[in-house]
Amino acid sequence: MMKKLPLEQLPAFLKGISETKTLVAPVEKGGQVNFDLWTEDSTLRLDVLKTVKSAKGAFFPQVEDIVHFQMQGKNIDIHPAEVLTEDFVLFGVRACDARSFELLDRVFLSDPTDPFYAARRAHGTVVTLACNRPEETCFCTNFGIDGADPAGDLSAWMTEDTLYFQANTEKGAALVAGLADCDDGEITETQNSIREILNKLPLSNLNLTGFEGDHLKERFDDPRWEELSRGCLGCGTCTFVCPTCQCYDVKDFDSGNGIRRFRCWDSCMFSDFTLMAHGTNRPTQKERFRQRFMHKLVYFPSNNDGIYSCVGCGRCLEKCPQSNHIVNVIKTLGVKEDA
Amino acid sequence: MHDNIIPMLGVVTDIRTDTPDIKTFRVEGVNGGKCFEHMPGQCAMLSVPGVGEAMFSITSSPTVKDYQEFSIKKCGCVTEWLHHMDVGQQITIRGPYGRPFPVDDALLGKDLLFIAGGVGLAPLHSVINYVLDNRSKYGKVDIVYGSRSKEDLLDLPEIQSVWADPASDMKVHLTIDREQEGWDGHVGFVPNFVKELDFHPDRTVLVCGPPIMIKFVLEALTSLGFEKTQVYTTMELRMKCGVGKCGRCNIGDKYVCKDGPVFRFDELDELPAEY
Repeated sequence: MMKKLPLEQLPAFLKGISETKTLVAPVEKGGQVNFDLWTEDSTLRLDVLKTVKSAKGAFFPQVEDIVHFQMQGKNIDIHPAEVLTEDFVLFGVRACDARSFELLDRVFLSDPTDPFYAARRAHGTVVTLACNRPEETCFCTNFGIDGADPAGDLSAWMTEDTLYFQANTEKGAALVAGLADCDDGEITETQNSIREILNKLPLSNLNLTGFEGDHLKERFDDPRWEELSRGCLGCGTCTFVCPTCQCYDVKDFDSGNGIRRFRCWDSCMFSDFTLMAHGTNRPTQKERFRQRFMHKLVYFPSNNDGIYSCVGCGRCLEKCPQSNHIVNVIKTLGVKEDA
Repeated sequence: MHDNIIPMLGVVTDIRTDTPDIKTFRVEGVNGGKCFEHMPGQCAMLSVPGVGEAMFSITSSPTVKDYQEFSIKKCGCVTEWLHHMDVGQQITIRGPYGRPFPVDDALLGKDLLFIAGGVGLAPLHSVINYVLDNRSKYGKVDIVYGSRSKEDLLDLPEIQSVWADPASDMKVHLTIDREQEGWDGHVGFVPNFVKELDFHPDRTVLVCGPPIMIKFVLEALTSLGFEKTQVYTTMELRMKCGVGKCGRCNIGDKYVCKDGPVFRFDELDELPAEY
């Protein structure tokens, strides 16, 4: 049974959640909309389709401490950082970002499980929101994602005056237990209108057949990487806005009062990513560019039942200063040559 | 629950200067004994908090009961710091990581040929001593080891007194790159030496050294009639997590930290040539 909430009651609904749990939602700060802590004073922006950074930071923060050290002479005290122990709600996640959590799960929850990520996943409740106005840069449909039917613990649809909820898990149901019941049919019109837009989007029908099957080395050796990567600045913007990029660095910081070992997002696009004392195995931007897309379109699927490590959110299309993005790669290499 | 990325404490109980730029560090738990059990070819993350953490192959054999040893060449931030520390220093350690050499599987009963260059002896050292301690389980053993000069030969006292001792039933073939006073052994590069020694291609080979040496050793072995399926090596790439998640050591659909570092050459053929 679906639930509904008049939109004018949304602030009170969110306040109710925030009284017992940390609430993270798309809020505007300094002119940018990102997933951040929601308080009564926040500017909630459910109208903005794409936050600048994806929602992955709720589970895989940009920076997080993993261990602290105190040094005394030749001795060291080790204090592992605490894992999250409190529940939180991540509100307003779009279908593409919701799928990205499933992809991140395949990395961080596979053996051996990452304790920090696992704790956040266990304590987080994901509330998704259908995409009323998919944009031209959206290409989620290519990856079997339906912007009209987002996953998560609780899915939501917004009309002009009402929010409709469909619980997919017990955690999700608990959030809306107090709301009024309604008929499933009330969102049909909204869903149809979303799907109509999705079908018309210019990038909704990309050809990915070239990445299917076992052609790892052929794809790697393709001479067209040279041209595709030309102009890539190695700025890493694509990686930092990407919901599925999960590479990280581990660094030590001497705070003057002990040493913090933290991990932070990193990018295979950076020249020092694989740099060792004797040199690097990816000496030019071509190799680094190739690595990022080979990983998303060939290596990750090879290890994960053929699932691509891209959700078609389109953030990199908007943010790459050179327009050297994954859609170019797919359009160039995705077509089967012998077809 | 934290133990795959949170390190434990280790104490450096002995430091041996092997060559002008290689030292061997003995590491024990704070209450004595090994920090963990490992198999030959596996690695561990050592760190000096505030300096950094890096992956090293475990040099000692699992048959050593009380400690683990790491032969480390001075070449970067962490290694530089390690080379300057004193006995009694605590460090952090986590592991073991990676797939070991198949000592209890594909190598059993085989005639073995170890080929090492420079500090590349470090990971093979663990296997050689494991084989020595389980000598009856393996066939003939030959060790070809070369370095730039006689001073750069790692573990020379142990090589001469233990491995080259007839009691070990192993043959040792040493070489250095250039003529040197006080050296009456073989002079020349490892790949050529391997060819000169003309090993029968029924050996199972374990090779480790600089990438350029490995490349030419493989050519030498091929010319002697060896197949890639008989040759194992161990790889080194930059690593941060050690558990296949941070993405640094990703080559093709493999993560060197967990799918390697030991690979058979026919397995490497399946991967992009990006190592």
